[in-house]
Amino acid sequence: MISDYFGLAFKNLRHRGIRSWLTLIGILIGVAAVVSLIGLGNGLKAAVNSQFGVSATELISVEAGGLDYGMPGSGAVNPLTIKDMEVIERVNNVDLVVRRNFETVKVEPKSKTSSGVTAIYYASAISIPKENRNFFNEILDLEMYSGSFLDKSDTGKVLIGYERSLGNNYLRDTKVGDKLIINDKQFIVKGILEKKGSFTLDYSILMNEDDLDDLTDFGEDIDTIQVKMKDKDLMDKTKSDIESALRKSRNVKVGEEDFTVSTPASEQKTVNSVLNGIQIFILIIASVSVFIGAVGIINTMTTSVLERRREIGIMKSIGARNSNIFYQFFVEAGLLGLVGGIVGAIIGTLMSVIGILAINAYLGAELSPSIDFILVSASLAGSFIIGAVAGIIPAMSAAKQNPVDALRG
Amino acid sequence: MLLFLVSMKKGVGEVIIELRDVFKHYKMGEGIIVKAVDGVSIHVRSGDFVAIMGPSGSGKSTSMNLVGSLDVPTKGNIFLDGIDISHLSESDLAQIRGKKIGFIFQSFNLIPNLTTLENVALPMMFQGVVSEDRNKKAMELLKLVELDNRADHYPGQLSGGQRQRVAIARSLANDPEVILADEPTGNLDSKTGKIVMDFLEKMNKEGKTIIMVTHDPDLAQEYANTVYWLKDGKVERITKKKKGQKKLSERELERIALDKKGKK
Repeated sequence: MISDYFGLAFKNLRHRGIRSWLTLIGILIGVAAVVSLIGLGNGLKAAVNSQFGVSATELISVEAGGLDYGMPGSGAVNPLTIKDMEVIERVNNVDLVVRRNFETVKVEPKSKTSSGVTAIYYASAISIPKENRNFFNEILDLEMYSGSFLDKSDTGKVLIGYERSLGNNYLRDTKVGDKLIINDKQFIVKGILEKKGSFTLDYSILMNEDDLDDLTDFGEDIDTIQVKMKDKDLMDKTKSDIESALRKSRNVKVGEEDFTVSTPASEQKTVNSVLNGIQIFILIIASVSVFIGAVGIINTMTTSVLERRREIGIMKSIGARNSNIFYQFFVEAGLLGLVGGIVGAIIGTLMSVIGILAINAYLGAELSPSIDFILVSASLAGSFIIGAVAGIIPAMSAAKQNPVDALRG
Repeated sequence: MLLFLVSMKKGVGEVIIELRDVFKHYKMGEGIIVKAVDGVSIHVRSGDFVAIMGPSGSGKSTSMNLVGSLDVPTKGNIFLDGIDISHLSESDLAQIRGKKIGFIFQSFNLIPNLTTLENVALPMMFQGVVSEDRNKKAMELLKLVELDNRADHYPGQLSGGQRQRVAIARSLANDPEVILADEPTGNLDSKTGKIVMDFLEKMNKEGKTIIMVTHDPDLAQEYANTVYWLKDGKVERITKKKKGQKKLSERELERIALDKKGKK
């Protein structure tokens, strides 16, 4: 009997063709928005989190300036220095610290452009510290794609990010042993890094600290200080100890810090809270859309009851009980919602796949869309229920039709 | 056809529908009461062919609704197969009418977005017959009205006469004891009207009780054994066809049809 209702309902909806589609557009948009944005949102979170390029969760980073999302330390007015590094080293529970500098450098590739002109490009260069090179490696989780890592004593040698060598850009086809002119000085590529899915690392040039200092003369200024703890369980305490030590040495008050101490957890939290905010906003829009969709279903079903009074009369005259009529309209409304949900879920899934592919193409990441099947089935069930609930009142009014009046049309 | 035999437990001639002093009054606004049916008594015996006759406003439509258990009376009792249906709930009425009464309407009243076969099968769905059996029986019924080659057609693709034959097939779906025909030829020309009436007559000969509502006295006298003449909500007179009385000749029938057209 249930399948009979679905069969009849399906025929009726198909019969009304364009009107059915117009009716379910609201539900469709709502579900498409929810499915695509949850799918994309998880992808976005993964993308943003991957940009930290951090495998060690027990790491604390210190940067000059307030919290910002540019290159670390780039917005700094009052940069960190060697002196700050020494202050941090003396804080309890600090095991070791490394410095990192990021500089923009001018690069001339080995090959000329097709017009025969030597093009000049800019890239970001990251310094590899003299001390604690293993920790530096551990932080960035570097692996070699080809060639080998720089030794402490190497000068005039660089590592290049995966995308710089293999991606589609001006340094493509650069191989180990090739020469690059960086800030008018010649360097040899000693190694190419394995792909990280991070647009910082995959597009960077890494060189020893002294080489980068020679090129850009940053002296004692430091962009990022990274801190390894003896006991990572004390992360929060260590973070606040570092903050108070730096406040003292840099002579700033609470709330007026010109530096930021962050932990991966706190950074992720910040990023995630922004993303969550966006998702909540989208969810609100989606719910409004679904609500409008539900009202659309009520509207369509109410007109449908009026238009089909005669049909209701016929059905009653050939033995349909009130409950038969009720279920007929109820299932029809539910089906409107469900079809909207199915089409919405398909469109939403496609949108999130396309979105993730776009993110991958843009970031050089290898994310896959996170299609949450529980979410999809829940939204399908939800859209049927919304449709059916929207259909309750019209279905009741259909069932209550007096057969004599209804037959008159 | 075995299908058409009235169930053997009831003898032919037993009262199957009885309206016992039935009133149906409608309130139309402030204090105005329309006495659509005003004390009507009708007996229909099993296997009978009864016509309810009258001009518009005579109460024949209301009577048909009452006989067909589409409506309940304001006063009086209606017995269908021995059960008093005057005070039954709407759902119980629906169940009873679905089983015991098959309807044929002037305007065919097929459901436009269902195929011929689905239309015929629909009454069985409301009696809980499974889809396979429904379709099988619906096909048999379509064969009976010679429309089995139109099973997949939609009502819109059929002529008026064909639609009415589909409606006849549908009325037989639950093997009812009574067929209630409301102006069955009203929307048809005389030729297709005759085909439809011949089907009704055939069904009557095979044991079905037929109640036909019409405003056409010739049609009523031509086919029915008993004619109830209604006027102003009351039974004015009852006429019965004598045994052995012949049908009107074809020529006379045509004349009647022409007259009817002339009147319009």
